[in-house]
Amino acid sequence: MLNYQVATPAPLDLAFQALADPTRRVMVERLSQGPASVSELARPLDMTLSAVVQHLAVLEASGLVRSQKIGRVRTCRIEPQTFTAAERWLSERRASWERRFDRLGAFLAETASELEPNVQPATPSATPGVRRQRKKT
Amino acid sequence: MIERSAIPATFTIERHYPAKPARVFAAWASVEAKARWAYCDESWKPQLHELDFRVGGRERAITGPAGGTRHIFEAVYWDIVPDERIIFSYDMHLDARRISVSLSTIEFFAEADGTRMRFTEQGVFLDGYDDIAGREEGTRIGLDNLERVLRHAEAA
Repeated sequence: MLNYQVATPAPLDLAFQALADPTRRVMVERLSQGPASVSELARPLDMTLSAVVQHLAVLEASGLVRSQKIGRVRTCRIEPQTFTAAERWLSERRASWERRFDRLGAFLAETASELEPNVQPATPSATPGVRRQRKKT
Repeated sequence: MIERSAIPATFTIERHYPAKPARVFAAWASVEAKARWAYCDESWKPQLHELDFRVGGRERAITGPAGGTRHIFEAVYWDIVPDERIIFSYDMHLDARRISVSLSTIEFFAEADGTRMRFTEQGVFLDGYDDIAGREEGTRIGLDNLERVLRHAEAA
């Protein structure tokens, strides 16, 4: 399990990951109105400039955003790449399963019986090292 | 005229549910349970749904918007390990047009506070389904932020 190799993420996967974060969505929506400097991007956000720079790096890695340093100012702009029909296709299929799995979660919650009132919550002492730490981006 | 194309693609979705693997597995194993969550769209009433949940068994579901395109799902179950794994292949038709052929692997991992479910689809998407997708039922809900934002950007 731990050695499970994740295939190189497709551009769309990276875009999904990049937009999974509300801060990055705010940044992308701001950039959709036009280019902005890093400090302009940071202004409405309640976080340090270095945190904003980290979010920007994720957006750049996903291909959604490009930045360019001119003089002392780094200007960011959205990369208006058009997704191919195949990528849109795939995104639609994926979204369709995501919606199903949302409903599956609701169904499981509704049908939780007294036989299984609650699964025991994980306690750090009971499950040492079971959960992988996800790196916050 | 149909423009022919065949595009292989893979994606994986992982979910965590606060329920034991047996319950999550069971949600895949009967028509009654699947009817609660597994149709493409919550509001669509199935015209048909048959499920023979055993290795070699088949599943067939016909759903779709009232009076609109019929979405026809046909599957064959290749591997079933109770509470652990389900592998099925399926194809999708929109009316008479086959739009995809896929292999789906669902794995259930017991965790201290529930089940991690990993769904992997390896599909071949046929003949530019996208061209006919959105214009009909407006099912293109996915990627809303991204699409919207990029459309803005292109328009600008």
